[in-house]
Amino acid sequence: MTSTAVAQAPPRPATRGRRRRNWRGWIFVAPFLVVFALTFLAPIGYAIGLSLFRDQAFFGGTTFVGFDNYALVLADSKFWQSFLRVLVFLAVQVPIMLLLALVAALAIDSARLHAAGFFRIVIFLPYAVPGVVAALMWGFIYGDNFGLVADLNHLLGQDVVKPLSGNWMLASIGNIVTWEFVGYNMLIFYSALKVIPNELFEAAAIDGAGTFRTILSIKLPALRGSVVIATIFSIIGSFQLFNEPNILHSVVPNVVTTDYTPNMYAYYLSFGGQQYNYSATVAIVMGVLTAVIAYVVQLRGSRKGM
Amino acid sequence: MTSISPLRPRKSRVLTTVMALYLIYTLLPLAWLLINMTKTQSALFSTPGLSFGGPFALFDNIGETFTYDNGIFFRWLGNTLLYVVAGAGGATILATAAGYGLAKYRFPGRRAVFAVVLGAIAIPGTALAVPTFLLFSKLGLTNTPLAIIIPSLISPFGLYLIWVYAGDAIPDELLEAARIDGAGEIRIFFTVTLRLLVPGIVTVTLFAVVSTWNNYFLPLIMLSEPKWYPLTVGLNQWNAQAAGAGARPIFHLVITGSVLTIVPLIVAFLLMQRFWQSGLSAGSVKQ
Amino acid sequence: MSLIRRHRRVTAAVALAAALAAGCSSGTTGSGPAATGTQDAVDAALRTGGTITYWSWTPSARDQVAAFEKEYPKVKVNYVNAGTNTDQYTKLQNAVKAGSGAPDVAQIEYQALPQFALTDSLVNLDQYGFGTFETDYTPSTWTNVKVNNGLYSLPQDSGPMALFYNKEVFDANGIAVPKTWDEYLAAARKLHAADPTKYITSDDGDAGFTTSMIWQAGGHPFTTDGRSVKINLADPGTKKWTATWNQLVEGKQLASIKAWSDDWYRALGNGTIASLISGAWMPGSFKSSVPDGAGKWAVAPMPTYDGQPVTAENGGGGQSVLKQSANPALAAGFVRWLNHGNGVKPFIASGGFPATAADLSSAAFNDEPSPYFGGQKINQVLTAAGNTVAKGWSYLPYQLYANSIFNDTVGKSYLNGSDLNAGLDAWQKALVDYGNQQGFTVSAG
Repeated sequence: MTSTAVAQAPPRPATRGRRRRNWRGWIFVAPFLVVFALTFLAPIGYAIGLSLFRDQAFFGGTTFVGFDNYALVLADSKFWQSFLRVLVFLAVQVPIMLLLALVAALAIDSARLHAAGFFRIVIFLPYAVPGVVAALMWGFIYGDNFGLVADLNHLLGQDVVKPLSGNWMLASIGNIVTWEFVGYNMLIFYSALKVIPNELFEAAAIDGAGTFRTILSIKLPALRGSVVIATIFSIIGSFQLFNEPNILHSVVPNVVTTDYTPNMYAYYLSFGGQQYNYSATVAIVMGVLTAVIAYVVQLRGSRKGM
Repeated sequence: MTSISPLRPRKSRVLTTVMALYLIYTLLPLAWLLINMTKTQSALFSTPGLSFGGPFALFDNIGETFTYDNGIFFRWLGNTLLYVVAGAGGATILATAAGYGLAKYRFPGRRAVFAVVLGAIAIPGTALAVPTFLLFSKLGLTNTPLAIIIPSLISPFGLYLIWVYAGDAIPDELLEAARIDGAGEIRIFFTVTLRLLVPGIVTVTLFAVVSTWNNYFLPLIMLSEPKWYPLTVGLNQWNAQAAGAGARPIFHLVITGSVLTIVPLIVAFLLMQRFWQSGLSAGSVKQ
Repeated sequence: MSLIRRHRRVTAAVALAAALAAGCSSGTTGSGPAATGTQDAVDAALRTGGTITYWSWTPSARDQVAAFEKEYPKVKVNYVNAGTNTDQYTKLQNAVKAGSGAPDVAQIEYQALPQFALTDSLVNLDQYGFGTFETDYTPSTWTNVKVNNGLYSLPQDSGPMALFYNKEVFDANGIAVPKTWDEYLAAARKLHAADPTKYITSDDGDAGFTTSMIWQAGGHPFTTDGRSVKINLADPGTKKWTATWNQLVEGKQLASIKAWSDDWYRALGNGTIASLISGAWMPGSFKSSVPDGAGKWAVAPMPTYDGQPVTAENGGGGQSVLKQSANPALAAGFVRWLNHGNGVKPFIASGGFPATAADLSSAAFNDEPSPYFGGQKINQVLTAAGNTVAKGWSYLPYQLYANSIFNDTVGKSYLNGSDLNAGLDAWQKALVDYGNQQGFTVSAG
């Protein structure tokens, strides 16, 4: 992590006291880890256990199958289709969303915007809208019977815009996700910008740097860490895409099927088919793939590594 | 003649106009919400979406939202407040302490901690729902507030944010000086660290508040009785009333209820905003 | 007589996970027709009193509970609306799997009943002598509450299908009420040609609708015998239905509006959807949710293939007692009161369509004119429909799952306006695979 202004402490001789003191770091980390173990590690362990068995809900009981489930997942075309789908989604939607968030954060931070505070809260607002009403809202906007799109198509004379059709669906979902999360990411960048010490800007001003020079030389480097982490979290979020396609699944189930994204596939395996073992396997495979890709991004993104 | 420098820039109309376009994009769906909040249930079905229509029922809708089904909305509001205060509050505390620990103490295994956290959240939560349910059921926690609060105490993003922020904002010399003065680690945390971390803590709190406020999936699994529902799950139940035999759609209450759900978040946002003015950039001419 | 063996679950403790105690259920067998008991235990439980929990989403539940507690002051009923159908079933399944948290009594629809009965989650009500109630209900609802010769529910409502049509739109476009499906197809073409904004009906792929239509056409796609299941979604009855319905799907004569969405209610109100083939419980929804349609709609018998009256059930359900109940006799007493006692009247009063033969044949019920439907005595049409339900239908033991993947498979035909048989074939394949995975022996055809 680049440290912009804080001077490093002068090197000290290694002492037994310092090593003991460093171990005290665990005091601070422990509470988080204890709860984490209960709420994440235990269920994950359980899920790993589940993935090694096969259970029949009606008859037959539970049998140990080793890695059979994993072999099935890796050969499952439905799984790979959904994985490819979120990969494509990610490659397009994440850059667009982060770019918008970056521009918005820079704009709001630049002091060149009228009513910046107003922009800040309005852009954040979509993140605060509860999911349950999203179906109603987007059902209206995308609705081709009586909704906004229907009116638009009427105006244009024919069915030009079809957000709920198979070809447009991924873009429609991308639109919803972008709308929801630009504000969230914008705030991440914005709070990182706020940390930049003023002296840097004063020095730059003295050197005669203009707005864009300042952005390039001071602000963007300072944002590097948050851009990396926002990217990582967005990637994880995209691979786990569930809420938004599920909303549209309730509107157009013929287009957004129960296996549209890997997370939906795992969900409906569990809650629709009670196939808990296979569902756990899908989730773990997905988790591994996601973690690998996120790790690669992190390696490339940070100079010093985390 | 004033020279235009990055420290004292002139406000740009071009920039404002361009940003305003994005604003319209953001506000369009919200406009739908606000307009339809004023309609009665039957007007919702008979008037066009983006125009007002039918009798003006805003206050009736608000009233009905609060009184429907013996005022369960109040209960749901109370539940949500409980979950948020305990959950987001706890999440902020845990993330702040852990982030600080990771940033300022070079103990072995600290890199592994974050890698494990990141790896764990890479696994889709929906397939963990059933194991979590079974686990909590064994502990006797299902259908209680703890089933909601405990999982929301983990904010991986908060952890990361504080880790980075603490690394940047807390100079090691300050900690050393305090130690030389004889202060214990916990004491240093409360007296030195927290003050310096304020803007970061505020950001983490805001995100934690929003995400626990809108927490939907796990409460849906864990709770079977409406008396413990948060607003999100309650509104979903109202929404589902529209379907099937004996259906009684109350979309007007769902819409009104949703807007009412957003209001406290806006208030929280406005309250926390001013903390971004303080910190390292206090007193600067930037906004 | 079939044996339903409870499965044992073994959970493994792995790595950082705290060791989880293995959750076992005792291995009892519930054999076929239970020793027919008497209702004495139930009566005694009602006299003693106690507390039970009741999960239901019907609008009349709260009133019924209040009336019940008044009649039996020693009994406290904890009424919980745990969600509508699939939401509630998910919670029920989770509670059953966890071994705790299930209510004493739960509302369960007919198509979901086999799933819960066959996983041994429900109490067989034969042991309380409820089998004697058979003649008090319509034959079609009674067959729906028996699974493998056991009685697992008492019917609360029934849903014999009828044709609900917008008389105003029909008259304005010169369309006579169709008696056969051929006439219905002709009406569809005529209506849409005359007014392209209107459609004879809306169907974007609904599992319950499809199974009911196949039922009416005489199809028997699902047969279960213990562990062996036969699925044939290409049997003569199914083919009869697809031959007709394909003309609407491929001919794009259907509005494709999601049922129960606000667009759907809107379309019913403004005439976009000119008719609806639905269950007898539909009038309640019309009355409460489609005010713009008041006075415009009427009810007629469902069109048939040969003009002879025959119909099918759509939806409807009853209440069951969960095995997890601590007081099953008391729970059974509540179910008896609800669906065979004084609970029936409040249910009818709130707009429900009963399953009890006595109420269905009463003059008061049948001769009541409905203001919403222009004064028509709709119950006459609906009870007549109840008497012509095709016999011999059964759902799959895993119908809930089947319905959840219906749109993934058959939905494609609707989406592309293509042959329904192809979609049904895909559905069948998925169902055969699933059944075999779950321990059934499933064969196609």
